[in-house]
Amino acid sequence: MRQFLDSLVVIVVLVAIWQGLHWFAGDIALASPGETVKRAASLLGSPSFWVHFRETFVALGYALLIAVLGGLAIGLLLGLHRLSGEVAEPILVSLYSMPKVTLYPVILLVFGLGMSAKVAFGAIHGIIPVAIFTMGAVKTIAPVYFKTARVLQLSRRQLVASVVIPAAVPELVSGLWVGFSLTLLGVIIGEMFASQHGLGFLVMNAIGTLDVPTMMAVVLLLASVAVLISASLLYLDRRLHHRVA
Amino acid sequence: MKRATWVRTAVVVGFVLLLEASCRLGIIGRITMIPPSEMAGHLWRLLQSGRYNSDMVETLGNVVVAFVSAVVGGFVLGSVLHAMPRVRRAVDPFLATYYAVPFFAFYPLLVAIFGLGAAPIILIGFLFGVVAMIINTMNGLDRIPPVLVKTARVNGLGSLRTAWLIKLPSAAPQLFTGVKLAIAYCFIGVIAAEFIMSTSGLGYSIAYAFNNFDNRTMYALMLFIITLVTIVNAFFHVWERRIMARRGW
Repeated sequence: MRQFLDSLVVIVVLVAIWQGLHWFAGDIALASPGETVKRAASLLGSPSFWVHFRETFVALGYALLIAVLGGLAIGLLLGLHRLSGEVAEPILVSLYSMPKVTLYPVILLVFGLGMSAKVAFGAIHGIIPVAIFTMGAVKTIAPVYFKTARVLQLSRRQLVASVVIPAAVPELVSGLWVGFSLTLLGVIIGEMFASQHGLGFLVMNAIGTLDVPTMMAVVLLLASVAVLISASLLYLDRRLHHRVA
Repeated sequence: MKRATWVRTAVVVGFVLLLEASCRLGIIGRITMIPPSEMAGHLWRLLQSGRYNSDMVETLGNVVVAFVSAVVGGFVLGSVLHAMPRVRRAVDPFLATYYAVPFFAFYPLLVAIFGLGAAPIILIGFLFGVVAMIINTMNGLDRIPPVLVKTARVNGLGSLRTAWLIKLPSAAPQLFTGVKLAIAYCFIGVIAAEFIMSTSGLGYSIAYAFNNFDNRTMYALMLFIITLVTIVNAFFHVWERRIMARRGW
């Protein structure tokens, strides 16, 4: 309870800083918290906002689906086969820290403008952390499980389904948590740079028309949804790890 | 060299050759991608002509400023938060969900406040890198074995010498993770910011080349960034391994 109140104090301080910046920078640069919330409320009431909102989160959903399935497959393969794991790990790690924004034009050239480019761009951001975390999880499974599986004469498929995947689930959620924010980032940058739909486009469009309150309201709503999803994933992650430990 | 290293080199070389072959044979059209050899050749010419030197210097300068301030700032903030458990617990949920907030959406706002200069770009890079450093600094300080701190007290070490001789080395592995993440995030932040809204820099030059269908320049500059980041990462990787090896890990 006390911790909750303390966190509330942090929010109040952040809003106060925001208001202070508003007084400092003026209306043209920064809308006040009150005005932003008012605009956000009116956006939530307009149907056209929901079209953009759906566009962004449908793209995010597809991208996450591809990232999770692909990352899981790559991670399992590399985790179960030692040599390929050793070969691939440094490559994956250096791909992870590469600024993939640079590659965005390539994605546009391959997929064209629109939904598929956004999904692809989001997916390449998310797939690598999921693969790295899954691989790590598979590699750290206690050898006694594999021995037990061999004693029970489990087939390869049974081994993966009843030993490897359950053991990898908590790490998979951790990977998803890291991957989620990167995937969202990818989708939003995609929309800001070249798109006619979605929340990223709304932000850029509001800049173009010097509509600061709308821009800040969209960012506020986007950030709130993102934090909500991220917090639930984190909660799930901690519970799963707790159960295993 | 180990077997895995050989296989890895072969895989990377094979991939580049495959790309080269698919481009040359027309499986991948020229409008989509040019052969890697052509990218390298054009990059070499661009470097010689010096046309993009000022953009390169500018982007790298921004990355370095953002990186140094993120590492120093993140270390200081992390240490301060670590010393104040109550504040830390209150801030924790915000730090944990920090990276879910798409910061680039704030970038136009920063441009409105600071103008179209280096400041908003560096700030985005800093904001992106600093939290990774804060989180890892706190994790590192958490992992200092209490027995070492007690030993320091028994030996009558002052707080400054305890920090230098005990705390810093014990937290080093986590700090290194923070530094590596910070450099990656600063690169992403700076280049993405230049991409979206800027009038110079490598990110802007790539976007400009893309909009003008100048594929050769675009791919040459991409190759430059990717090579550079790979070299920087490899440098930190080797350095980290050396420090770990000295401690017998």
